[in-house]
Amino acid sequence: MSKLAGAQILWECLVREGVDVVFGYPGGAILPSYDAMLQYPIHHVLVRHEQGATHMADGYARASGRVGVCVGTSGPGATNMVTGLATAMMDSVPIVAITGQVGTKVIGSDAFQETDVTGVTLPVTKHNYLVTHVQDLAETIREAFYIARHGRPGPVLIDIPKDVQLAQTEFEYPTEPIHLPNERLLEKYVPQEYFARAAELIANAQRPLILAGHGILLSGAMDEVLEFAEKTNIPVALTLLGIGSFPAEHPLCLGMMGMHGGVYVNEAIQNADLLLAMGMRFDDRVTGNLKTYSPNSKKIHFEIDPTEINKNVKVDVPLLGDVKQSLQKLTPMVEPKRHDAWWQHLQRAMQEDPIRDVLDWESPDGLMSEHVVHDLWTATEGEAIVVTDVGQHQMWEAQYYLHNKPYTLITSGGLGTMGYALPAAIGAKFAQPDKEVWVIAGDGGFQMTMAELATVAQEKIKINIAILNNGYLGMVRQWQEFFYDARYAATPIFSPEFTKIAGAYGIPGYVVDNRADVQAVLDKVRSSPGPALIEFRVKMEDAVYPMVPAGANLHDMIKREKIAQPV
Amino acid sequence: MKHTLVALVQDKPGVLNRVASLFRRRAFNIESLTVGHTDQPHVSRMTIVLDSDNTSAHLVEANLAKLVNVIDIQDVTNQETISRDLALIKVRVDAAGRAEIAQLAEIFRAKIVDVANDSVVVEVTGDEDKIDGLVELLRPKGILEMVRTGRIAMVRGNQARKSTNGHYNGNGNGNGHVTREVGASSV
Ligand SMILES: Cc1cc2nc3c(=O)[nH]c(=O)nc-3n(C[C@H](O)[C@H](O)[C@H](O)COP(=O)(O)OP(=O)(O)OC[C@H]3O[C@@H](n4cnc5c(N)ncnc54)[C@H](O)[C@@H]3O)c2cc1C
Ligand SMILES: Cc1ncc(C[n+]2csc(CCOP(=O)(O)OP(=O)(O)O)c2C)c(N)n1
Ligand SMILES: [Mg+2]
Repeated sequence: MSKLAGAQILWECLVREGVDVVFGYPGGAILPSYDAMLQYPIHHVLVRHEQGATHMADGYARASGRVGVCVGTSGPGATNMVTGLATAMMDSVPIVAITGQVGTKVIGSDAFQETDVTGVTLPVTKHNYLVTHVQDLAETIREAFYIARHGRPGPVLIDIPKDVQLAQTEFEYPTEPIHLPNERLLEKYVPQEYFARAAELIANAQRPLILAGHGILLSGAMDEVLEFAEKTNIPVALTLLGIGSFPAEHPLCLGMMGMHGGVYVNEAIQNADLLLAMGMRFDDRVTGNLKTYSPNSKKIHFEIDPTEINKNVKVDVPLLGDVKQSLQKLTPMVEPKRHDAWWQHLQRAMQEDPIRDVLDWESPDGLMSEHVVHDLWTATEGEAIVVTDVGQHQMWEAQYYLHNKPYTLITSGGLGTMGYALPAAIGAKFAQPDKEVWVIAGDGGFQMTMAELATVAQEKIKINIAILNNGYLGMVRQWQEFFYDARYAATPIFSPEFTKIAGAYGIPGYVVDNRADVQAVLDKVRSSPGPALIEFRVKMEDAVYPMVPAGANLHDMIKREKIAQPV
Repeated sequence: MKHTLVALVQDKPGVLNRVASLFRRRAFNIESLTVGHTDQPHVSRMTIVLDSDNTSAHLVEANLAKLVNVIDIQDVTNQETISRDLALIKVRVDAAGRAEIAQLAEIFRAKIVDVANDSVVVEVTGDEDKIDGLVELLRPKGILEMVRTGRIAMVRGNQARKSTNGHYNGNGNGNGHVTREVGASSV
């Protein structure tokens, strides 16, 4: 058997895991691995900051369903990855992060660029490893990929000391099935009565509602959900991360729930007599005040992670396990049904929709972000992969871009990481090179990671960037307007001329400040072969409506005042 | 209500840290946590006591089950268990008072394991109530120092909680095919 160095074993294993692109940044402690990389058919994307590498791996994973991989050096390289790991952890995204570490002989001695990386990343990874013997490396890498994608997915970090990368050992790729110590504890066993009980609740429900979440996308259960919803005629509400799990334009789809969800969607939740929560975790932005949350409903929870059952909301029937498998079992057990009275009630409520209301506004006092997103949706026929940053623009995207296809909205939900969009979009483009990819970012968040424009230029990838420049950290300004008597502490933000920034990287830039020009510039950018950036100068003090103030009752939403409409 | 959880975990660096970090991060309020070896190499055993009035025992158990290095976990609260705590109690006492302490110790089946001019060290084993009882009687005499191990527990009868082979696929980092051996009396 041939002997290989740890550095070679790393790439041998990645190739066998099907990895063909990694996002990373070199440094002393990971140098042996970078040197060995040249022998392998793996494309390395040089990022401009390791946070970018983690978000790229994350965007890659969300757009493809495969595990994203990022690489960095010890110390500062690894600590720069913490935000990206935490982002992936919150949203259950499968990524593997490889970091170099100082040699095993000097670990614990405050050696140059030494950081306790497994310690630092413990709470923000699903699992992590410090590999101290080269003999363990292959098995560890294989296990890391398995853990990242298995069950509830999440990020896994492997810290590899420099001497382990250099040490040689006989390499044989393990093939026996992976068995984790805790696997028997996570075996899902759902008593058959639970399915029978669920079917009974469904049969008896007058006002049922499906809450479709990210778990459906992670499970690949879109067809099963569609079949179930159509058979039972149960309307569907989406979480932010559940967008794409059910076609937005399907007649049964109500739209997004929660803090910035539709008024009638939240009212439907409050009035329902049965909630079917599928792969969603009752986040506080979804429930509002837990004490008054959907008080009269029975609840069925399709959930793979036992720690999510009864965590925030007490449920009547927990269906533990993969939502796809659970639905395959449950759907044949339910009878087709109609819910005419419920449906009529919902349709009446939909007539008054403060989200759609602004679409036909003339906007003489400035370009409205809502219109920009709507026009982008029409221009791309709803088919683009849209990667958003965090803030008002993110919510407007969720409200005005209707996603009929899965894996086409990529956004940081649980951590709400500003600076996510540009690097995540780069990752998404590598995962789906033939798809049209758009970034929608705010002027604030874009400035957090705009150095990755250099990565776009160096890699010559075609992504389109829309910055909604409102001159503010808009979402925070909105909270100041609503809850702090409009004292705008530290939210007005200066921006450079974004088109010049783009220009410095050889990326063409456009400024649009009125609606009449939107379409033409979108067309121009879409038909050009290279990347482009558009700065939309939008109304400065617009707010995202409707809104449930943090912790308030889900049905107590702040609505846009009708009189605010300019004539 | 007090809950006792018994966990078998892989005996390797960082595992205790993972468990402690989990409790801290989830704001689980733990009353005691003991760790020690078992009869099997590479397997440690933890006994965790918590008050389920402020921390859900089910959530603690489910969260522990998600840690890759945890091999087995069981809430033994409603089972017939033997549980023990061990205390070393240093009491201020002069030669004249020693006999009284020795008498007390005898009633509690405790031992005097060290004698100095003006103090003795009492070693006592038993369930927590018994130890609490002795401590209350010794307190007026003047307790100089005390240490308790915290509860360890084992289910009565021939049901065994152990991992059958403790063999870890040669990977020192988390893998290992470990199956649970369950005694004949198990349900
Ligand atoms: C500025 C801002 C505003 C926001 N406003 C809103 C809002 O108005 N409305 C809203 O909905 N969100 C909003 N969010 C997002 C919110 O914070 C949460 O991220 C989001 O609600 C989580 O959605 P989720 O539960 O579907 O997904 P996740 O948090 O990813 O949870 C997925 C769940 O599915 C489970 N799961 C995974 N795989 C499977 C499987 N195979 N089978 C079964 N279950 C599985 C997981 O265990 C987990 O419990 C906002 C975020 C930001 C930053
Ligand atoms: C890294 C990080 N820091 C701070 C925040 C808090 N925060 C949430 S939204 C927001 C404002 C975002 O401003 P901008 O990017 O301009 O988007 P807008 O809301 O104006 O559309 C801030 C500061 C955050 N989510 N992430
Ligand atoms: Mg802004």
